[in-house]
Amino acid sequence: MAAEVKLTFKDFKSDQEVRWCAGCGDHAILNSVQKAMAEMGIPKEKFAVIAGIGCSSRFPYYMNTYGFHTIHGRGATIASGVKVANPDLSVWVINGDGDGLAIGGNHFIHLNRRNINLNLLLFNNEIYGLTKGQYSPTTKEGTKTKTSPYGTIEQPFNPGELVLGAQGKYFARTIDVNMKLTQEILINAQKHKGTSVVEILQNCVIFSNGVHGFYTDKENKLDRQIVLHHGEKMIFGKNNDKGLVLDGLKLKVVTLGENGITENDILTHDAHEETPFLHWMLIAMKGPDFPIALGVIREVRTTTYEQKMEDQIAEVKAKSPIKNMTDLLHSGSTWTV
Amino acid sequence: MTNKIDKVIELDHVVIRFSGDSGDGMQLTGTLFSDTSAFMGNGISTFPDYPAEIRAPQGTVGGVSGFQVHFGHDINTPGDYADVLVAMNPAALKANAKWTKLGGSIILDKDAFTAKNLEKAGYKTDDPIKEDNLGGFNIISAPISSMTQETLKDTGMDNKTILRSKNMFALGMCYYLFNRELTFTEKFIETKFKKVPAVIEANKKVLKAGYNYGYNVQELTPYKVAAEEISKGTYRNINGNTATAWGLVAASEKSSLPLFCGSYPITPATDILHELAKLKNFGVKTFQAEDEIGGVTSAIGASFAGNLAVTTTSGPGLALKGEAIGLAVITELPLVIVNVQRGGPSTGLPTKTEQSDLLQALYGRNGESPVAVIAASTPSNCFHYAFQAGKIALEHMTPVVLLTDGFLANGTQPWKIPNMEDYPEIKAPIAKEGTENYMPYLRNEENLVREWAIPGTPGLEHRIGGLEKMDKTGAVSYVPENHQVMTDLREEKVARIIADVPDLEIIGEDEGDLLVVGWGGTYGHLLTAAHDMQKEGKSISFVHFNYIKPLPANTKDVFKKFKKILVAELNNGQFVNYLRSMFPEFTYLQYNKVMGLPFTSIELMDNFNKILEEK
Repeated sequence: MAAEVKLTFKDFKSDQEVRWCAGCGDHAILNSVQKAMAEMGIPKEKFAVIAGIGCSSRFPYYMNTYGFHTIHGRGATIASGVKVANPDLSVWVINGDGDGLAIGGNHFIHLNRRNINLNLLLFNNEIYGLTKGQYSPTTKEGTKTKTSPYGTIEQPFNPGELVLGAQGKYFARTIDVNMKLTQEILINAQKHKGTSVVEILQNCVIFSNGVHGFYTDKENKLDRQIVLHHGEKMIFGKNNDKGLVLDGLKLKVVTLGENGITENDILTHDAHEETPFLHWMLIAMKGPDFPIALGVIREVRTTTYEQKMEDQIAEVKAKSPIKNMTDLLHSGSTWTV
Repeated sequence: MTNKIDKVIELDHVVIRFSGDSGDGMQLTGTLFSDTSAFMGNGISTFPDYPAEIRAPQGTVGGVSGFQVHFGHDINTPGDYADVLVAMNPAALKANAKWTKLGGSIILDKDAFTAKNLEKAGYKTDDPIKEDNLGGFNIISAPISSMTQETLKDTGMDNKTILRSKNMFALGMCYYLFNRELTFTEKFIETKFKKVPAVIEANKKVLKAGYNYGYNVQELTPYKVAAEEISKGTYRNINGNTATAWGLVAASEKSSLPLFCGSYPITPATDILHELAKLKNFGVKTFQAEDEIGGVTSAIGASFAGNLAVTTTSGPGLALKGEAIGLAVITELPLVIVNVQRGGPSTGLPTKTEQSDLLQALYGRNGESPVAVIAASTPSNCFHYAFQAGKIALEHMTPVVLLTDGFLANGTQPWKIPNMEDYPEIKAPIAKEGTENYMPYLRNEENLVREWAIPGTPGLEHRIGGLEKMDKTGAVSYVPENHQVMTDLREEKVARIIADVPDLEIIGEDEGDLLVVGWGGTYGHLLTAAHDMQKEGKSISFVHFNYIKPLPANTKDVFKKFKKILVAELNNGQFVNYLRSMFPEFTYLQYNKVMGLPFTSIELMDNFNKILEEK
């Protein structure tokens, strides 16, 4: 790797015209990714951006890196193959909620279980955009869409819960419009060794416009979001006076200064804790009773899949007397005529 | 060891079928017999025939496991019918008597022929010989279980453990019958059980006891079986799945590219994944995916990243992989898809053989989606064709489907170990760092192959994908004329692989009354039938296809010199219909069988003779 790599976000822009709708949240995410990558100190040729099918999956075409626009739902497995085959690459998977959690749902959980060192960005707009407005696995129950004209009758997935259920080690959440937070998370995700899932709440201006509006509403967003940082108190709010505490086995929002609550009573975020229970509660928080949790919620360090594979290969290579094809062909029972 | 050989039957070749309950160790017994025979200079060919169930109900016909060995001189198939059947219980007899030659010998474990076992096997009387009309066979009813118990009575082993060795008794009897040395098997036992000396002793004792029993009973006449005329060299036994795995590793070595295999377990292909998983000393990476689609797509990812990428499967798995193979077609990435065919449709007959995935391999994808298709034809040449699959995939930047089948996969034969220096280097068209204005779909004019820029190479960053792309630049394109151009280019690129395809070899005269045409795993049976008829002076020739797409360049010239062309295959006529579409100027006869079983040479000869007689 080069000693020092100085790149700017322009280095990551491809010559292709960006074709998302005006006002689509993907534009902001593209900018965040390009800016974050320029900051990572990694040569451009080491990036591989892999996508499935969907609006978000056009992403690789707009990145001046190695890129692969694959087939519906399979971004995660194709990226797994890329990373395992060539661990030196920084591999990024772009998934939508339909692509990643419906047709690709099986691969999503197994990727987390294996803990392959790659970064998966899950653009969650709670709708199928490219096929023009059908409900997805993250659409809230009761939502009217083209395939649910009377409201959906399905429970939605919460992607972070799937990550935890699949023994995932890393989960972060951000919002398309919060480019500063997104960049911060992407840089952190890149550094994390293992599968890093970053859910990006993304707005589809055409089919689910305002779906995250409750949390992004300019007036109230500070009261409705909490940005978690490892080692810091779980404090939020316009006036920085709200916090999270444990009440029995549940989380509770409290106000500093009320009922004798002081900063000491507020929970401190520990993203590195291996037991998932508190992370689970944080991931599951939703309005109006709770703020939505943003930031790096879970970041547990352990050996990656491809590292274990490389170690095994090195060990077997060192031990095996069979060094090449000729040795192999003559191994075991043979006889000479 | 001395035999009291006062009379000996001399034979060119012999078929022996070991059969018993699926827990009786028949696969091992058969393997040991065939290894010993190969070691002693016989040609061999084997065919395991086992139930799909891991543990089918004991004693039932459904739970019978068989292993057939054909050994002697000029061996091309595991044989049609057995000269000797070993049946360890009534169910084995019930299932296999019909595969024994009239007049052949049947060795029974008479201790297993209890009323309960007879009933489980579906016999209605206590005399299965009479009931199944087996009077025409030489029945040798030996107390195999009780003799095994007697042999090991002083060892202190429990009865269940003792009876596990009864297969060794049967094997010992067969070794006497065919004058085999025990040393090879004794060595095997010593290695396999080296941690439990008591088991080594017990098995060796029982093996010897079986041999001596054969010597002592007058019913057994020993046979002398002809040795193979074999060329000098070092040999080993190999089955099709191992040969396939090794051929892929050889392609990795000769291309200097790491081998990646993304797969999902499926019968009868899984052994290839098992074998590759062992070969980490070659840097082989095996990725057991969560499903068939994950298997092929992880392989496509590895291919994009610059590895020799492989996925292994059987028919139903190939169906699941279809969409992804299309992605490899349109992105023009190298990919080897090994399909070990089995009986279909759906789950079909997982442990049985068939050739009914040919059209799926050729056409089973959406869109105009050409891939190269090649087929192995013997267990050992799976090595060569797996190597070729890797070579074609890498040098022509295309998916290649390698077809084998359950018969080749599990069948074994002695194999003269090739010299790796005889295998060519594989030169993948990897784009070099410093290439000016790299365009992913710029082609070599001669073979239309694009250059492969491996991620990590500075300056060659590019995007590929499943959308139609502009000629040369690879940018997404919906231009109608461009789609036509790219469709034609992809087809023509595969067609130009023909430069690497050897001509068909005609076995027999290059003109005549009847040309028998085969492909894939039926080679041995067709060859035997053709040879035998040629010896009888019949005007019959035989060609066998290993390259299906593209077809060998001389195909048409070969066909036109025969009055009749007959295509024999284990399906309802897939290759014959492909040939009809490629060379409609000829009239094709066909012989088909879809029973989950290989051809028998006898049925083939009957059919060919009939066709020769028809004017």
